[in-house]
Amino acid sequence: MTTAELTNRAPLVIDIRDATKVYGMGDIKVHALRGVSLQVERGDYVAIMGASGSGKSTLMNIIGCLDAPTTGTYLLDGADVNSLGDSALADIRNRGIGFVFQSFNLIPRTSALANVELPLMYAGMKRGERRGRALAALDALGLRDRVDHHPNELSGGQQQRVAIARAIVTSPAIVLADEPTGALDSVSSDEVLRIFDQLNGFGRTVIVITHEPEVALHAKRVVRLRDGSIWDDTRQAPVFGPPPMARGRVA
Amino acid sequence: MNIEALRIALGGIVANKLRSTLTMLGIMIGVASVIILVAVGSGSAAASRKRLEALGSNTLTISTGGFGFGNRGGTQSRVIRIEDADVKALVSTENAPSVKLVAPIVTATAITAVYKGASTTPQQFQGTNEALFTVRDYTVQSGAKFSNEDLDAHAKVAVIGLTVAKNLLGDDADASTLIGEQVKFANANLTVIGILKPKGTNGTADQDNIVLAPLTTVRDLISGNGTTVNQVIVQANSRKATDSAQAEVLSILLSRKAGATSNSFLVLNQASLLQTQDANNRTFTVLLGAVAAISLLVGGIGVMNIMLVTVTERTREIGIRKAIGARRSDVLGQFLTEAVLLTMLGGLLGVAAGLIGSRFTIVDVKPVVEPYSVFLAFGVAVVVGLFFGIYPANRAAQLRPIDALRYE
Repeated sequence: MTTAELTNRAPLVIDIRDATKVYGMGDIKVHALRGVSLQVERGDYVAIMGASGSGKSTLMNIIGCLDAPTTGTYLLDGADVNSLGDSALADIRNRGIGFVFQSFNLIPRTSALANVELPLMYAGMKRGERRGRALAALDALGLRDRVDHHPNELSGGQQQRVAIARAIVTSPAIVLADEPTGALDSVSSDEVLRIFDQLNGFGRTVIVITHEPEVALHAKRVVRLRDGSIWDDTRQAPVFGPPPMARGRVA
Repeated sequence: MNIEALRIALGGIVANKLRSTLTMLGIMIGVASVIILVAVGSGSAAASRKRLEALGSNTLTISTGGFGFGNRGGTQSRVIRIEDADVKALVSTENAPSVKLVAPIVTATAITAVYKGASTTPQQFQGTNEALFTVRDYTVQSGAKFSNEDLDAHAKVAVIGLTVAKNLLGDDADASTLIGEQVKFANANLTVIGILKPKGTNGTADQDNIVLAPLTTVRDLISGNGTTVNQVIVQANSRKATDSAQAEVLSILLSRKAGATSNSFLVLNQASLLQTQDANNRTFTVLLGAVAAISLLVGGIGVMNIMLVTVTERTREIGIRKAIGARRSDVLGQFLTEAVLLTMLGGLLGVAAGLIGSRFTIVDVKPVVEPYSVFLAFGVAVVVGLFFGIYPANRAAQLRPIDALRYE
C-alpha cells in the first residue's frame, strides 16, 4: 500500500480484529462470534445481514459498546474500547454512537421532545440549548407538531422517527440501527430508509442490521454473517458519494 | 443530585401515584408517630412537673408517721408528733442556714362551709401561717392574705379558693362579692378576706377547692389538736440547697424528739422528686420515640421494597438510558433521588400530620411538641430513604446495558 493510497482512504471509524464472543460457561458454551474482523470507513453505509443466530445482533452490541468481545480488539475512532472504563463507554454511547432499535425504545410517559433531549442531558448540556437542538432534530424529521406527544400517542413510523432524532441529536460518528424497519409498515419503512439515505448523504456513517434484502439495497456495502463468521462482503457503491437508492431517486 | 435527576425522579413518583402515595404513607406514619409520641411523652412530663411544682418551689414537705418502718416495732409505742416548738426551732439561721421559710399546716377534714343557704365541703381545709402563701406560691386575686398577727389574734378570717367561692355563689357570680362576708365553717363564722388566684387542676385534684385560715383559728375549730401540726413545709434558699435543708431539718427534729429515727419522718423533697420524675419521664419519652422509630424503619423497608420493584419494572428503561449515554452515576442518582424524594415528601406530610395530631389531647395528656423530635424524625426519614434507596439504586446502576435492554 503506497502513501497515496493510504491518504486516499477514508479514516477507519470501526476497526474490529478477530473478535470472538462466547456465551455461557462449562459444557454449554455458545460461540456467537468466531473471529470476525470488520473495518468500516467514515461515511460508509453498511448493512449487516444474516439469519437469526448468525451473530449479527452480538456484532451490533459489540459495535455499539453495549457488550465487549470475549477476545479480539475493537478500535472505535482509533480508541481501544476494551481499555475504556464504564463512564468512558457511557460517553461513547452518548456522543459516538446513535442507536435506533427495532422496538423504538422510547422512554414511556415522556414526551417526544424530552426523549430527544435525553442524550443531550446526559452530555451535560444546558436546558435551553438542548431544547433548541432537540426541536431542530425533530423538525428535520417532520415531527414539529408532535413534540409534546408521548410515545403511546404516536404511530410506529413517528416513534421510529423520534428515535432517529434522538440518535442523531448528539451528532454521533455512527448511526447504528438494529432492524429499524422490522416493526413498521411499508410506507413507514420507506420513510425511515429515506431518512437513513439522507443521513448518509450528509456524510454520517450508517450501519444497519437487517434480514430484509430491500433494506440492504440501500446500503453501499453488505456484510453477510453465518454461524458467527463473515462469509460475504459486497460493495454496492463507493464510500464517497450518495447511497445507491438515493442516487436512483435523484436520477 | 442535580435538578435533572430531581425532575426525572419526580416524574417517576408521579407516574405511579397510588404506589408512591402508599409508600409515602409508611414514612408519614413513622414520622408523625415519632413527633406525636415524643410530644405525648414530654406533655405528660410537663404535667407531672407542674403537679410537683404546685407544691411550691424548692420545698420539703415533712410529716410524721406515714410509711416509715421505724414506727412498726412492737417496743416502740410512742407516737412522734411535730409540735409548734419544733416548727419554731426550724427557723434558725444557725442550725438551719439553708432554710428560708417554714410553714406549719394543720389539716381539718370534712368541714362544711355554709353561706346564705348554699353549702360545700372544701377538699382541703388548712390552718397555716403567712409563710405558706410564699412557699406554696399562692397569691390572692382579690382581697388580702391573713398575717401572722391574725394568727396571734386567733382572727376569724379565711382565704378561700375560687372553686369554693363558686360552689357557694354559683358559677357565674363574681367571687370577690364574698369578701367581707361571713361564711359558716363547722360551728364558727369566718370572714372571707381574700380569694386565691386559681391554680387549676394538678392532674388528680382541683387545687382551688381549698380554704386557708390562720393555724390558731383552725385549732379552735377542731378542738383537741393541742400543739401538734400535721405537716411542715420548708422552703430552701435555692434548689441546690434543698438537700442540705433536708439534712438540717432532720437533724434538728431528731435532736428534739426522743426515740425518733430518720424513719419517723416522711420527707418529700420536691427537687429530688422532680429529678427522679424527670429521669422517669425521659425514659418514657425515649421508649415512646423508639417504638415510633421502629415504624419509621418499617416505612423505610417499604421504600426499599417499592424501589426494588421500580428498578425491576424499569429495567428496560434503564437499558435505554444507558444505551444513549447515561453513566452509572446518572442512574444511581436518579433512583436514589427518587427514594429520598419519596421519604422527604412522606416526611413533610408526617411532620404536618404530627403537628396537627399533637394539637389534640391524647389519653388526658396535652402533647408538647419538641422541636428536636420534628427535625430528628424528618432527618431520620431522609436518612432512611438514602439508606434503603442505595441498594436498589445501585442495583439499577450496575445493570449491564445489554442485559437491561433485553429484559422483557
